[in-house]
Amino acid sequence: MADAEEPMAVDGGHRDCDWDGRWNHVRKFLERPGPFTHPDFEPGAEALSGFGVIHVVDMDVIDVSNLNRQFLFRPKDVGRPKAEVAADFINSRIPGCKVVPHFKKIQDLGESFYKQFHIIVCGLDSIIARRWMNGMLISLLSYEDGVLDSSSIIPLIDGGVEGFKGNARVIVPGMTACIDCTLELYPPQINFPMCTIASMPRLPEHCIEYARILQWPKEKPFGDTGLDGDNPQHIQWVFERSQERAAEFNITGVTYRLTQGVVKRIIPAVASTNAVIAAACATEAFKIATSSYIPLNNYLVFNDVDGLYTYTFEAERKENCSACSQVPQDLQFPPSAKLQEVLEYLTESASLQMKSPAITTTLEGKNKTLYLQSVKSIEERTRPNLCKTLKELGLSDGQELAVADVTTPQTVLFKLNFTA
Amino acid sequence: MAATKASKEQRYDRQLRLWGDHGQEELENAHICVINATATGTEILKNLVLPGIGAFTIVDGHTVTGEDVGNNFFLSSNSIGKNRAQAATELLQELNSDVSGNFVEESPDKLLDNDPEFFHRFSVVIGVQLPESTCLRLGSVLWSASVPFLVCKTYGLIGYMRLVVQEHTVIESHPDNALEDLRLDQPFAEFQNHVKSYDLDSMDKKDHSHTPWIIIIAKYLEKWFSEHNCQLPKNYKEKEAFRQFIREGILKNENGVPEDEENFEEAIKNVNTALNLTKIPGAVEDLFNSEQCNNITSQTPSFWVMLRAVKEFVHNEGNGSLPVRGNVPDMIADSQKFINLQNVYREKALQDAAAVSKHVECLLQSVGKPPESIAEKDIKLFCKNASFLRVVRCRSLAEEYSVDSVNKDEITSCMDNPDSEMVFYLMLRAVDRFYQQHSRYPGVYNYQVEEDISKLKLSVNSLLQEYSLNVNIKDDYIHEFCRYGAAEPHTVSAFLGGSAAQEAIKIISHQFVPFNNTFIYNAMSQTSATLQL
Repeated sequence: MADAEEPMAVDGGHRDCDWDGRWNHVRKFLERPGPFTHPDFEPGAEALSGFGVIHVVDMDVIDVSNLNRQFLFRPKDVGRPKAEVAADFINSRIPGCKVVPHFKKIQDLGESFYKQFHIIVCGLDSIIARRWMNGMLISLLSYEDGVLDSSSIIPLIDGGVEGFKGNARVIVPGMTACIDCTLELYPPQINFPMCTIASMPRLPEHCIEYARILQWPKEKPFGDTGLDGDNPQHIQWVFERSQERAAEFNITGVTYRLTQGVVKRIIPAVASTNAVIAAACATEAFKIATSSYIPLNNYLVFNDVDGLYTYTFEAERKENCSACSQVPQDLQFPPSAKLQEVLEYLTESASLQMKSPAITTTLEGKNKTLYLQSVKSIEERTRPNLCKTLKELGLSDGQELAVADVTTPQTVLFKLNFTA
Repeated sequence: MAATKASKEQRYDRQLRLWGDHGQEELENAHICVINATATGTEILKNLVLPGIGAFTIVDGHTVTGEDVGNNFFLSSNSIGKNRAQAATELLQELNSDVSGNFVEESPDKLLDNDPEFFHRFSVVIGVQLPESTCLRLGSVLWSASVPFLVCKTYGLIGYMRLVVQEHTVIESHPDNALEDLRLDQPFAEFQNHVKSYDLDSMDKKDHSHTPWIIIIAKYLEKWFSEHNCQLPKNYKEKEAFRQFIREGILKNENGVPEDEENFEEAIKNVNTALNLTKIPGAVEDLFNSEQCNNITSQTPSFWVMLRAVKEFVHNEGNGSLPVRGNVPDMIADSQKFINLQNVYREKALQDAAAVSKHVECLLQSVGKPPESIAEKDIKLFCKNASFLRVVRCRSLAEEYSVDSVNKDEITSCMDNPDSEMVFYLMLRAVDRFYQQHSRYPGVYNYQVEEDISKLKLSVNSLLQEYSLNVNIKDDYIHEFCRYGAAEPHTVSAFLGGSAAQEAIKIISHQFVPFNNTFIYNAMSQTSATLQL
């Protein structure tokens, strides 16, 4: 249905790569006022050229098992970087759209990269990565006299899926709930207890973990290499050992598929749920980019196991959020507590869920590392501190501790509050 | 190049973990028809082709326009002027060479005129952006042929799906939060014997701490029974007392301090659910009472024969209960105790399934069919899922649209909230009415938006009047639907694409439960509703 009878009110967006009618569906939302549009919406056709430039960051290469749902990839692309293949495909299918690929981890890029964008959309596969991106955008916020400069805000649209369940959320850093505000929505992954794996297996999964965690490092079947979940020979070895162990304890149910699933922590996935969540995220990107509607406020849950179920709610900001509240986090410990206890709190608390925090502080004007795990020499040097009490370490009431961790690009400030 | 079984297993690994090899087989034997390769149509197809549907056929008489290419990922500007079914099939086919893609360059109305049985060959027919008259015609043909029909429409920021299937049985519904089937309130003989083999008072510490919580609760229930007139702990007070009773059983060290016995803690934690009474879910009782269950003929599908057999079992060997499911959750225990306990439940489940099998045999015999007609493994699967059986029956479109059987109650009660998703259903009906009258949709061209508002309002009022619906539709919605101008934005099409494809997969695989019967998605607020119309 070409719009031939009516001259365009604003002749925006007709570039060489466009054809007649290309934007007919979209323009109705850009040119026409309506009763449900965003208060800031101004009808016009300037936004009529689609999303001009899209940068894609992905550290992965394509695997055969991606092909059941990742529709930009084909069997011939297996082994190539996802970002590059996706960019090539879209650039050739959608004239005028420019996708720039980055075959990198999101953490390999910094402030100067991220601050160029109007919107960031995430389809990450880990909470750690989400928290990192969340932290990055929060670090870009600028405050003047305690007032947030709205031009420093970059909205974050985040989508996630697992089987037939998914969620999509819109985060406006500094204004709405961030990832860390709702960390309790993502309970930590539970691993099987070691004693079960080592001496009391009951499930086929226990047998598989035994082979993976205990037998592999001991027997080193392929030399000094780590267990590679993508190597069929490695999985086959684990499978056979698991079967042996299972036979020992009369446990049934060890299969190759289960073995692979446990070793690689595979999460089932289908094209349909991915499509639903991706679509919801894209709708939000459209709304935000065009101001045509009020964006999702701010969390959507989807589940189509039984019929189709959605639940939309406003996740609330946490007053003392470790990522976005700008308030130093409170650490309450008696001076006789050991540093080890503080470390455990940082990793085990539901609201912090840090992975391997590095704790530093300033003592007598100098920066001192209390404990750091990720560098072997420093870990060895600071390990004795774990058994020392906070008092012994020279820390005082009100002392500020700076904690770095993979879950955040910026250090988190804590304030020690000595209890009786 | 034909894909080998191994490479297909790799490719489909992530979805095989959801619906299994047998679900995948059903998919690969299916042939789906999608009418109209609009953005919504191709997005639905994408999510069927990627998981490896056997075959698809696109029915579409339209020619590709510039506007089509603008919102459709599976059309390119080269396809302008070509038949849309053909153009879309090319780009969809290349998603997955395992799938057989076909197209028919014909409108569905023409096909219904010339070859109404054309549609009988399909596992599911998905009608996209169909005008009301075509929809109703198709609905009637497919209903008579018992072919499931899924109607999909993207209209502005609203998505709409309507499932039309007479009777859809589901054995594997895969419920998210299923209660365990432990029978602690009515322990079967073999379980009781097994419990007898434990003497908590004479065990060494290691054994005591590694006794499964199920055994612990069973033991303490026996004691409780003898002291409480054979009554289970019923209210909160009694359950608390029962928990305390178990807690007192925790071993103490020489100083009288309780040891760390995680298995006892598990028992205490599980008291509430363990004391749930074993009963047949209402939904299953309803199925037992249905016509198909009680009237077995040689035409009866195996689902109902097995259900009837389970009903017979319930009234005989089962003593009022369904066959034992046979699963136990993992729990703190040493391997041997756990495996032995698990085997008690597994063997009972096998026993019950065998009894059900005998009933199946009898039933089959009584209608002149050989016992092999229903495989042993199917009966076992059925028994395992006996608590979770579901049957979905949707009303026909004729029933929905008839003044005599329109679901007035559902419509008016939803519209008590004038912003409920029901308003979008009514607006879509009104827009269909507008189309029938004016041979176009409202507000397609900018100059039409204003003047069509009053015309659309007339359509709304005529709709409400015809069905005697005493509801109020705010002017804002009428304005918004004129504003939409029948646009089909890609992102809304894609949302429906994922949703509809999965419903089609549910129908084909008979796993997971389809919706019943109308789904409305509002992309403005990212909310949705399922209505039964």
